[in-house]
Amino acid sequence: MKYLDEFSDPVLARRLFDEIRALTTQPWSLMEVCGGQTHSIIRHGIDQLLPDEIQLIHGPGCPVCVTPLETIDKALEIASRPEVVFCSFGDMLRVPGSGRDLFKVKSEGGDVRVVYSPLDALRIAQDNPDRQVVFFGIGFETTAPPNAMTVYQAKKLGIGNFSLLVSHVRVPPAIDAIMNSPDCRVQAFLAAGHVCTVMGTAEYPELAERHKVPIVVTGFEPLDILEGIRRAVRQLEAGRHVVENAYPRAVQPEGSPAARAMLADVFEVTDRAWRGIGMIPRSGWRLSPRYRDYDAEHRFSVTDIDTQESTVCRSGEVLQGLIKPHECAAFGKQCTPRNPLGATMVSSEGACAAYYLYRRLQVPTTQEASSVG
Amino acid sequence: MADTPGAGGSTYASADFSSWTCPAPLRDHERIIMGHGGGGALSAELVEHLFVPAFGNDVLSELGDSARLPASGERLAFSTDSFVVRPLFFPGGSIGDLAVNGTVNDLAMSGARPLFLSCGFILEEGVELAVVAKVAQAFGAAAHRAGVTVVTGDTKVVEAGHGDGVFINTAGIGRIPDGVDIHPGRARPGDVILVSGAIGVHGVAIMSVREGLEFGVEIESDTAPLGDLVAQLLAACPDVHVLRDPTRGGLATTLNEIAGASGVGVALREDALPVPDTVANACALLGLDPLYVANEGKLAAFVPPDHADACLAALRAHPLGKEAVAIGHCVPDHPGMVVSATGLGGTRVVDMPLGEQLPRIC
Repeated sequence: MKYLDEFSDPVLARRLFDEIRALTTQPWSLMEVCGGQTHSIIRHGIDQLLPDEIQLIHGPGCPVCVTPLETIDKALEIASRPEVVFCSFGDMLRVPGSGRDLFKVKSEGGDVRVVYSPLDALRIAQDNPDRQVVFFGIGFETTAPPNAMTVYQAKKLGIGNFSLLVSHVRVPPAIDAIMNSPDCRVQAFLAAGHVCTVMGTAEYPELAERHKVPIVVTGFEPLDILEGIRRAVRQLEAGRHVVENAYPRAVQPEGSPAARAMLADVFEVTDRAWRGIGMIPRSGWRLSPRYRDYDAEHRFSVTDIDTQESTVCRSGEVLQGLIKPHECAAFGKQCTPRNPLGATMVSSEGACAAYYLYRRLQVPTTQEASSVG
Repeated sequence: MADTPGAGGSTYASADFSSWTCPAPLRDHERIIMGHGGGGALSAELVEHLFVPAFGNDVLSELGDSARLPASGERLAFSTDSFVVRPLFFPGGSIGDLAVNGTVNDLAMSGARPLFLSCGFILEEGVELAVVAKVAQAFGAAAHRAGVTVVTGDTKVVEAGHGDGVFINTAGIGRIPDGVDIHPGRARPGDVILVSGAIGVHGVAIMSVREGLEFGVEIESDTAPLGDLVAQLLAACPDVHVLRDPTRGGLATTLNEIAGASGVGVALREDALPVPDTVANACALLGLDPLYVANEGKLAAFVPPDHADACLAALRAHPLGKEAVAIGHCVPDHPGMVVSATGLGGTRVVDMPLGEQLPRIC
């Protein structure tokens, strides 16, 4: 299959594994920033086939995982209102808030709908002028432009019954926060290719220089990931720390000017809390004052949210690359995809879910873990 | 459930979960959620821990696609299924075809030759007669193709807003040939696992029309009656151990169910899985795994290793099985678990999905 098969060719993959093995003379720790990359690495068994010296650390790049509990509780509160049609991408429906999730709200009578595009939510608003339609706008620089475009369209078309519950986050401040942590083990980053497709690479050279860390823009298919690892290891072995683009078929240095212009028009940078990590300065977006009327938090005045985070879940440390999923005592015991304590277990892009789904044979399992399979 | 006021403003009392045979999983949900109908672990638990204990008997407890009944010197297979598909018409078929083929195939999966079918229509007030007629004609044509006779039926109408146009329930009876003993608990280490053709086609076809997604090429459902194909397979090898049609939940769920029922491990080869480009592309776009996407006209067969070549040849000799392939085998390791060799040479667990697969955000 064109565009997919050619990037998972086992012969070329073997060649790249060999090159990485030949390059590697000492232990190195690399962080793949994006949950999609984590999923691909575990799904294809790439981590099993790398030399033992290469340690892959799973980063915070899962939009579902890092959405704060308070925002999910706000979503649950808004979705429960009888006048609201609450629209979301599918994988947010299972994410636990404080005691329930959107599936439960739906089963209790809430009008919760899965959409494949925020523009679908806007169409629902047009078709239901007597209802309030809210779209749950979460994610990184990849999902922010279409959400911005939807708000722009709503304003342009004068659609007053549409609003956005915004929880958008930015990758570069997260990389900075990870490198500033005293416990940081990361020596190189595989930057998320699709984020750079939108934003370009201009934000990274300063980070690479200040933290003396190689940053390689990397795609998502097996050969993309292996090429990213090869280039990162080559830099580490040579003592270099620059930004390289190993995903040129999708990423231009300037990114997508149209998408960036849309972001700049509709959003403004703000401090944002990340679930499991905490507040990261200037790491998020909110609607700019021109579009404040389309802010669901503003429209529905959601207050008095009392969040209850699990006391045993260590997903914050997983998200920062400080521990592997199975090093959490709750992994596979109290915490499974059926009963997730943290979002890293519930989202298919979450590192804990990826380990549980694909790698249970290699990590310590429990009776519950094996019985589900 | 008792009809008395209960917690949470419900008019029903909470069920006494503690008395259930295996209460833990269903405690997670006090109400039915969509995942209970998704064909994955939640669906299985609803059946195993709620319905089976309530109805309990040995025939039902076998949990095959159809029940195997002793009846005056011959063995009958009996099965029922309900169809709530949306939209009612889709590329390659309709709810009428599915309602026939679904039950016919469930009978065939116990090795039975399907004979008779019942037909229960639940119609929503307001649905056009022309739509009902079109569904009924499709139902009749599918029954004719499958070689079954529709011998009894029922019609109910529910108020507008209480249905989805047309719901259909079918029940069917078939005859199991002598010497055939097919059920989910019969898989043994060494068994070769065959599938009769491309996987994921029906699920992607439905998604493309339900969600208005376009994948550049129209994908048609593979809905088809498998009675003839099974008869041809059994003629080559009466000792087929397990048959299953991997519908909701896809091939992954089917293999997990068989691994669990038989206590064997299933070892798959990812590079052997017959995933058409169209399905692979659509799944890549949506972040879905073809192993979990529904099929309607395919079967998985667990056959003894010394008969595997003959079984494969028999499947390939039939128009509905011409793309049949071997995708793996049963092993004594990791009992109850499905493990796949990845294309790159690693391994991964192929789990049973919890409920429905959900497209990824990015």
